[in-house]
Amino acid sequence: MNRHLISIADLTRDDIERILERAESFAEVSGREIKKVPTLRGRTVINLFYESSTRTSASFEIAAKRLSADTVNIKSAGSSVDKGESLKDTVQTLSAYDPALIVIRSPHVGAAGLVAGWTTASVVNAGDGKHEHPTQALLDLYTLRRRVGTLDGLKVWIVGDVLHSRVARSNILAFGRMGAEVTVCGPPTLIPREVEALGCDVRYDLEGLGKADVVYALRMQNERMTGSFVPSLREYAARYQIDGRRLGPNQLLMHPGPVNRGVELSGEVVDSPQALIVQQVESGVVVRMAVLYELLMGGGDSGGARSALHAATEPQPA
Amino acid sequence: MSAPELKLDRAERGGPGADLLIRGARLFDPRERLDHQTADILIRAGEIAEIGDALEAPEGAETLDAAGLHAFPAFVDPHVHLRTPGREDEEDIDSGSRAAAAGGYCQILAMPNTDPVVDSASILQSLRERAREEARVPTGFLAAITRGQQGEQLTEMAELMDSGAAGFTDDGLPVRSAGVLRQALQYQRLAGGLIALHEEDPSLSAGGVMHEGAVSALLGLGGYPAIAESTMIQRDCAIAGFENARIHLQHLSARESVTAVEQAKQACVQVTCEATPHHLCITDEAVQSLDAGRFKMNPPLRSDSDRLALIDALRSGTIDCVATDHAPHAREEKEQPFEVAPMGVTGLETAFSALHTHLVLPGVLSLETVVERMTSGTEPFGLSVPRIVTGARADVCLVDLAAEWEVGEAGYASRSSNNAFAGQTLTGRVRMTVADGIVAYRERSFAIGAV
Repeated sequence: MNRHLISIADLTRDDIERILERAESFAEVSGREIKKVPTLRGRTVINLFYESSTRTSASFEIAAKRLSADTVNIKSAGSSVDKGESLKDTVQTLSAYDPALIVIRSPHVGAAGLVAGWTTASVVNAGDGKHEHPTQALLDLYTLRRRVGTLDGLKVWIVGDVLHSRVARSNILAFGRMGAEVTVCGPPTLIPREVEALGCDVRYDLEGLGKADVVYALRMQNERMTGSFVPSLREYAARYQIDGRRLGPNQLLMHPGPVNRGVELSGEVVDSPQALIVQQVESGVVVRMAVLYELLMGGGDSGGARSALHAATEPQPA
Repeated sequence: MSAPELKLDRAERGGPGADLLIRGARLFDPRERLDHQTADILIRAGEIAEIGDALEAPEGAETLDAAGLHAFPAFVDPHVHLRTPGREDEEDIDSGSRAAAAGGYCQILAMPNTDPVVDSASILQSLRERAREEARVPTGFLAAITRGQQGEQLTEMAELMDSGAAGFTDDGLPVRSAGVLRQALQYQRLAGGLIALHEEDPSLSAGGVMHEGAVSALLGLGGYPAIAESTMIQRDCAIAGFENARIHLQHLSARESVTAVEQAKQACVQVTCEATPHHLCITDEAVQSLDAGRFKMNPPLRSDSDRLALIDALRSGTIDCVATDHAPHAREEKEQPFEVAPMGVTGLETAFSALHTHLVLPGVLSLETVVERMTSGTEPFGLSVPRIVTGARADVCLVDLAAEWEVGEAGYASRSSNNAFAGQTLTGRVRMTVADGIVAYRERSFAIGAV
């Protein structure tokens, strides 16, 4: 595997399975009273967030701390970014402190890739604009795999604002890598032209949703309502909201959070046992632990990483 | 209305012109039916005095062994950005015209989207004065169509033409209002001057930073659809036809635009148009690298089917000429995320080499087509086409068609390095350029002096 995690497209199925298995082993650590292993003791992880975030930033910090890394959290507000420092200068400044890894979230496509070119640290993309959010996709795979075993042949519908969603892009690639059949569904104004090239089918209405094993609803962002992407939230909800009538009893429901109750999901399905939304949040920590481990301890190439998986020390209590 | 002869400006450092005997070059000028024949060219006081075999060098003339090199009529570029006034850190008249000379160019026309915008006679005159001090090759300046390129009020087009404007454009921006464009085209009957148009419907391109298609879907970048260009071309050709006006369409990028121009030409609209080397050689697949320095420009790189349509149109003459849209940008501005970085790439120093490598060598376009289209772009503005013919001012470039070179990160005559072909190995290199009778460029490794 690469030294960085920028895009799901950089990962093979083997890479993904190795990360998910590693996450399983960390799940055991998370069940202990003292949830900490010394793996990354003495290493520094910098979380550089240019966008607001609750679950991603918190879970990266917790993951790093459970691996005994030192963490530094930098948010654009209150930092030199406020004084007009460029991304390149900020990254080069932070790199002078010799971090092992930089987690970057940016409102701009490709920011994580640029950062990787400016630092000797490993880089994890925690969301780059509308491009990708690979750790979200990995934790979604982890959550789903725990529930259903294998993803091969599974039918997944991703419903909502695909155009503006980095989660959708990473998940179309990730579910596809793991053998699932992906369909994206939403208003035609919110489905990118030629999105089929990513390896998914396209539907513009929920007819046929019954065939899905998994319904993955995307967050409908309120700011999209100011343009004319959809005429009104009311019409959007009427056509695309996943509610108790539309979600069958054997279908699973996922959502990257935070949920707009009453818009993309009705309250009843959020709270139903079919919903994996809470499990997705829980998975965030162990999957991000596994990503940090793979990038920092997994070896330089896939061969080395694979042997590391089998031979390296298993997590030990601190 | 036929365009009056336009005068460009250049520095007078060369005196009346070079005395030069170019010996043994292979002459290639499709308009003069010169088809690779080996001959000598004698230039006296900047004029082609004689073309023939075994010419004698007059006393004081430099003799230049050009064996193995091709002599082409030097190229012309109707679309460059010299960033002066305002962003001289990115380019100035000296560096931009040096870049032109290094690319084999003998005439360039600069766009007015500077700071301040070239929208008054006084700004235009000060630029022309600087060009008379600094320009290595004859340089002309287009003036804005509307004041401040705001798209609202016409500039003093008649006075600007009297002051030597090379034409009019709001390049970088479309003329949004059909009504304003119509008035500019009506006013052309008084003022003269070709009106060059950047064709983009901002309501369709809003938020777009690359071609809308599979690659933008993958990257999550805002899409700039082909129809943002082609629908505006249809609108503007309709208005030009109605007003019997002359327009020139800048940097065509899309298949749909080619169709629109074909239809307009069939309907006898007086329209000419250009395409850039980067749109002819590179597609939106390159944007996967997210390298804004090389691959972000307006209009964006499009799909391969668009690229092939542009090539076909260049061959057939639907697209009249090649223009570089040479657009220098500061390194720190290009070293930003793709969405944030400014649009534009440099291209003067690589235009011929890129077209030769990507289109001529693989047999896609003939050398004849490339040379013709690279020498025709300023004719619609009222300039004469460079020719290798006795009696003409010497506008000649010497090119080594076999030379391979790597387009690097540095080493440009331009002040900026955001070249679309950076990192590529190209075949064919300009060794020397004579522009308006003066040696404007000579490659350092190229022998100087008598043989």
